Amino acid sequence: MMLLDWLLVVIAGWLALGVAGIPALRNTGVVARLLFPAGAFLALVLAGLALAALFTEPQTAVLALGLPTLPFHLRLDGLSAFFLLVIGAAGAGISLFAAGYFRQGEGTPPGLMCLEYHLFLASMALVVLADDAYAFMVAWETMALSSFFLVTANHRVPAIRSAGFLYLLVAHVGALAILLTFGVLQAGTGDYTFANMRAQSLSPLWASVAFLLATVGFGAKAGVLPLHVWLPEAHPAAPSPVSALMSAVMLKTAIYGLLRVVFDLAGTQLWWWGVVLLGLGLATALFGVIYSAVQSDMKRLLAYSSIENIGLLFVGMGLAVLFHAYAMSALAALALTATLFHVASHACFKSLLFLATGSVLHATGERSLGKLGGLIRRMPWVAALSLVGVLASSGLPPFSGFVAEWLLLQSFLFTTGLPNSFLNMLVPVVAAAIALVAALAGYVMVKFYGVIFLGQPREPHLAHAHPASPLERAGLVWLGAGCVLLGLFPVQVIGVIDPVTQVLLGAGVGETVRANGWLFLSPTSLGRASYGPLVFLLVVAFAVALTAWLVHRLYHGRLRRSAPWDCGFPAQTARMQDSAEGFGQPIREIFNPVFRMTRELPTPFDAAPKYRVTIEDPFWHGLYLPVARLTERLARLVGRLQQGRIAIYLLYSFLTLIVLLGVVRW
Amino acid sequence: MVSWTGLLAQILAIALALALAPLLMGWVNQWRAWLQNRRAPSLLQPYRTLHKLFHKESVLAENASPLFRIAPYIVFGCMALACGIAPTLSTDLPLAPAADAIALVGLFALARVFISLAAMDVGTAFGSLGARREMLIGFLAEPALLMVLFSASLITQSTSLARIVETLAHQSFAIYPSLAVAGVAFTFVSLAENARVPVDNPATHLELTMIHEALILEYSGRHLALIEWAAALKLFAYSCIGLALFFPWGVAEAGTPLAILFAIPALVLKLAVGGVLLAVIETINAKMRLFRVPEFLATAFLLAVIALLVHVLLGA
Repeated sequence: MMLLDWLLVVIAGWLALGVAGIPALRNTGVVARLLFPAGAFLALVLAGLALAALFTEPQTAVLALGLPTLPFHLRLDGLSAFFLLVIGAAGAGISLFAAGYFRQGEGTPPGLMCLEYHLFLASMALVVLADDAYAFMVAWETMALSSFFLVTANHRVPAIRSAGFLYLLVAHVGALAILLTFGVLQAGTGDYTFANMRAQSLSPLWASVAFLLATVGFGAKAGVLPLHVWLPEAHPAAPSPVSALMSAVMLKTAIYGLLRVVFDLAGTQLWWWGVVLLGLGLATALFGVIYSAVQSDMKRLLAYSSIENIGLLFVGMGLAVLFHAYAMSALAALALTATLFHVASHACFKSLLFLATGSVLHATGERSLGKLGGLIRRMPWVAALSLVGVLASSGLPPFSGFVAEWLLLQSFLFTTGLPNSFLNMLVPVVAAAIALVAALAGYVMVKFYGVIFLGQPREPHLAHAHPASPLERAGLVWLGAGCVLLGLFPVQVIGVIDPVTQVLLGAGVGETVRANGWLFLSPTSLGRASYGPLVFLLVVAFAVALTAWLVHRLYHGRLRRSAPWDCGFPAQTARMQDSAEGFGQPIREIFNPVFRMTRELPTPFDAAPKYRVTIEDPFWHGLYLPVARLTERLARLVGRLQQGRIAIYLLYSFLTLIVLLGVVRW
Repeated sequence: MVSWTGLLAQILAIALALALAPLLMGWVNQWRAWLQNRRAPSLLQPYRTLHKLFHKESVLAENASPLFRIAPYIVFGCMALACGIAPTLSTDLPLAPAADAIALVGLFALARVFISLAAMDVGTAFGSLGARREMLIGFLAEPALLMVLFSASLITQSTSLARIVETLAHQSFAIYPSLAVAGVAFTFVSLAENARVPVDNPATHLELTMIHEALILEYSGRHLALIEWAAALKLFAYSCIGLALFFPWGVAEAGTPLAILFAIPALVLKLAVGGVLLAVIETINAKMRLFRVPEFLATAFLLAVIALLVHVLLGA
């Protein structure tokens, strides 16, 4: 059997696990102890198969499913194998965690949850395997629907229902645009296989139409400005493993789709496509990070941070398109490598952080940052692993986020020599903005970690927070190991990414990187730029150990515990720590014009002073509500036709007949 | 690959940084006192302070977590590495390929995140206030620093600090307009990052205005000593990077012992002049309100971006 067949077996296995959840609808024991761990195992197998597939020739298969004239075509090439690897590796950790997470009494019964969850996983795997528009759309819609039901697991809460509706709406607007993309790409031949689309050579105009439609369609799924509004609603509404799966994996299928269309199906790339992607990505990244800094709900904060990361991915893709359009393939390969590295890295750290919020939520019942604090003492495992995720997410060496950032900045840095002087000016400015986004991400993550895990507990009942269960810990450890290993062994990871860039661009940085040794990552030459995370870590660790030993050896290790000093202030309470709002205050001041903010300030004479600040999305009021109002007005106009009296309707029929007769006569 | 002279230069560079960093601090303090018509403390005062702090027992808040205890060591380790990769004496450093200019910025960020997290750990009002302010300054200064380093990278076509210094120091003398603009931005950033007037006052005892002091309020004994030493190392590293970028002459290239022997006095001389300049800046400026700091750093950021654009426009 070919690798592709084995992959299909795994996907079928997921579906079978899902169906097996139905008889065990309310039997949490079976679902948690058997089905979810089995799903995690299958995800691991999928990741292994995908890894093997990266280094083999593309394989195709035709399934006996679908329409009589249009069966499902599947194809496994480097690009799909890489994304399958991400789905499998992240999915394994998330499923393992989910085994310890889902329980009775939280909306949807566990058995049904198991069905939806595995359907979701299977449809994501099928999306990246699909090789014709029909199979792609079926898988894409299955993914959207299964995730919709997962988001609305707690459907008794009205806010969650409306979040789910918004998600479904934007998902379908996007799906329509994707459908139209495929319509343009098949160039009137009526053959919707991807092989046919590759064979067509479109005029620049039609290729651009396809590109713009694809950007809208996949951008809606990815949460690119201004189609992002569903993301901060839907991701926090879902149960944490589902949030993790959506943020870390599902968003990546949109990146996959865009890469597939732009680099594989469209056939040509125009330079201004790159500028469009750069602009969109930059706006999205800045918006995401600024808004995540002012959130006071831990899951919303992470959702906005996902928007930021999607923006960075779009910037990377835009750069790759730009270079590719000017036939600078080495630089295009570098930018694309950075993008794909960030795909893998974001999948690890974002799922880790979302799962950690799930543990915190179960342990404390609180989602609001204003009511958490001090959990490092109650939940040491979750706190330690979250710290890894936080450092990776802030783009700090030697963790995974830094490598992606480093590669992206390197590709910015060596851009001089673009034939267009406008672009030569643009690129440094974009690089500066990216540096700002990366630095702000650190601010956000310090806020996230500091407010949840450090300090004193802000509520008395936090003292009874219980640590995460062993299965939850196992899932977190798996993902944390991902963040660390991706960061420490970038050369090996780039060896895995190399086949993908070879498929898409016909060029790769793998060879140069390998030639420069396994210890130091150097995409061009050692003299030009190099980074050795392992040496970096070893030196810092050695310095830490040596210092600690010397200090204890030469002086003493005496230690005394006492009350906090705090400049001698004795009446210190937990309420005097910085709140999440307080931590966001500088950002609110600096980026004031970006926010739509309403504030209630207390006066000095209030007996019970109250401070309240609400920050709303300007796009919601500036774009979505006007569109909704317009739709409503149009509907009301149409409504005027419907008087509810049979005589009027008969009159309409009569008039229509007369008009038709007139048309026929004429 | 790794030559023994390189290894020697590496060890010497780190040892020299560890030994000289408190001296630089003392030198700046001495000049500041003189310029302000005060009697100056001894040049060796920072060493005495460190010695005293190491001898004292550490008093830890009851609820302090392990993160609080390990953070000073991590910060110290980060700064030691930063001094190791800044080409102060020689450009032939075995550690140089491990971290280039971008990784150096990441290294400073890593130390900043750890010290901020540690400040939030005990959960006092001043600690979290300090953490917030430190991160505020950090997120504004970090991109500016990166852009400054990028201007130098674009000129020398390398992000490796050693290579940058080599190219700048050992080619025919040329004045780069982009580097001149970047130099101003770098000065702004260094003042902010090292908690100096006009952004922060290292000698302040007024709780509401302090940034760096608020961060480390809960530390005592050996932990405080390490943090103070790390702060001195940070000032040393920033000075060295500034000297390396803008006044790179005198750094040994070949890595021969003789060149390094010549490089040490050159470095000490340059640092001494730099320290006096820092004292002058701190004397003639007043500390600005915290709300004005974002403007100050935004200026630095814009200057650094302009430096990049100047390079792209003029090719120099």
